[in-house]
Amino acid sequence: MRNPLADKIVDIKPSGIRKFFDVVQTIEGAISLGVGEPDFDTPWHIRDEGIYSLEKGRTFYTSNSGLKELKVEICNYTNRKLGVTYSPDNQVLVTVGGSEAIDLALRAMINPGDEVLIPQPSYVSYEPCAILAGAKPVIIELKEENEFRLTAEEILEHVTDKTKILVLPFPNNPTGAIMERKDLESIAKVIIEKDLFVLSDEIYSELTYTDKHVSIVEIPGMLERTIMINGFSKAFAMTGWRLGYACGPKEIIEQMVKIHQFAIMCAPTTSQYAAVEALKNGDDDVAMMREEYNHRRRFLLNEFKDMGLPCFEPFGAFYMFPSIKRFGMSSDEFATRLLQEQKLAVVPGTAFGDCGEGFIRISYAYSLDDLKRAMERLRAFTTQL
Amino acid sequence: MVKREELLRSIDKNSRISISELAVMLGENEIDVANELKALEDEGIICGYHTMIDWSKTSIDKVMALIEVKVTPQRGIGFDSIAERIYKYPEVTSVYLMSGGFDLMVMLEGKTLKEVASFVTNKLSPLDTVLSCSTHFILQKYKEHGTILTKKYDDTREIFTP
Repeated sequence: MRNPLADKIVDIKPSGIRKFFDVVQTIEGAISLGVGEPDFDTPWHIRDEGIYSLEKGRTFYTSNSGLKELKVEICNYTNRKLGVTYSPDNQVLVTVGGSEAIDLALRAMINPGDEVLIPQPSYVSYEPCAILAGAKPVIIELKEENEFRLTAEEILEHVTDKTKILVLPFPNNPTGAIMERKDLESIAKVIIEKDLFVLSDEIYSELTYTDKHVSIVEIPGMLERTIMINGFSKAFAMTGWRLGYACGPKEIIEQMVKIHQFAIMCAPTTSQYAAVEALKNGDDDVAMMREEYNHRRRFLLNEFKDMGLPCFEPFGAFYMFPSIKRFGMSSDEFATRLLQEQKLAVVPGTAFGDCGEGFIRISYAYSLDDLKRAMERLRAFTTQL
Repeated sequence: MVKREELLRSIDKNSRISISELAVMLGENEIDVANELKALEDEGIICGYHTMIDWSKTSIDKVMALIEVKVTPQRGIGFDSIAERIYKYPEVTSVYLMSGGFDLMVMLEGKTLKEVASFVTNKLSPLDTVLSCSTHFILQKYKEHGTILTKKYDDTREIFTP
């Protein structure tokens, strides 16, 4: 029999997290800080709208690019939050989570051999999606001394004639880093000069603990060269509803709709009705959750300081990325021993790129009580090292 | 400058939290937090610190009742005087002035049904301005002060997600 598999797929490494997942399940009484989704339930009024939509029999496909009402709300929301204007008719596409939008944007824009700049440590799917789209991924290793922000110099060091897209993953998973207006202004210059497009993954935009999230599309000249991705998972605690969206120039969105139409048809209808409610009446829920995350973030930062675990102060998402370099172990070894000796599961930084070596990702999408219990274990582990 | 509302929301969820923990979580120093708490107490904004107890899980018997009371308001003092007359009884846990079909909502706690009944018949109903009482007994508490009493939170998320 012939080899049934495509080399391109076989060559892609499976996610580093999966390996750990199998180990942790065999350890009884283990507690985990490895989750990348909110611990809150979806606010009830949002779930309620989902349920109503089912009761009313809204069980059909929506238009390929999404429910008109939802696209209008997305445009209102981006206008309210970022001060930019998108047309609900041809500049918005509702997707199955932000993840689908990442895949679609890359596939719609990449020609074979194009290069995609991917800053790491970052979410696990950019690199494989770029490869699947036929691009050559070029990794930019973000530095701790820059608080894992992306600088114009770093872009210039990696840009070539073939570079077409820059992935901009801020607020960042796993580091919690953000890009402030001045950071974005300085990279925007290079992006325009080198004629690049930007795939800006802003799924954690609502979870910013300084003033407010700034998007690259707010910087003059960037709106027309950016696909801005966001979604409902993190802001409204709606991970299981699988709903995200992309906004951008209509020429690009049009082509993304084509792939989406043939691969997915449309995003889940129930989720879309619930999402309308989230955008209309969900601001207070988001504020409540943000405040809670912020308390936990400060709590962890203080705990790390107390146990001598160096960590820059992250201002976004719900992750901390402390350095474990001084213990003379690899991230993988640290995480494995922490799990075996103290039954505490964290994700090694290397799951998010090679340059995550020397760091671990700790999620604070857990109740304060859970975090306290976990910190006792982490403290016990680090003091005996 | 300690953010009042944020501080209040935090202790509303957990009044046992220590000042040092509060200071860390709010990003303030302990002295400022302690001073702000003191000010909130002095101003009567923080009126007390309660523990939420599900008595039904203990061996102590408690009967809770909710009484709708209709009264005749008195010239010049409205409902204040009758409300005061009622809230002075130690077995009364809450008194609210209501809009709608009745005037005062009185919450009551007693050891037995008989004790509650006796309070209504002998103490509450005979009051001059009380026109009528309608007593409801609480059979089961599902949720109180934003906390669900009948179910424990169960984390059903996957252990690891990217």
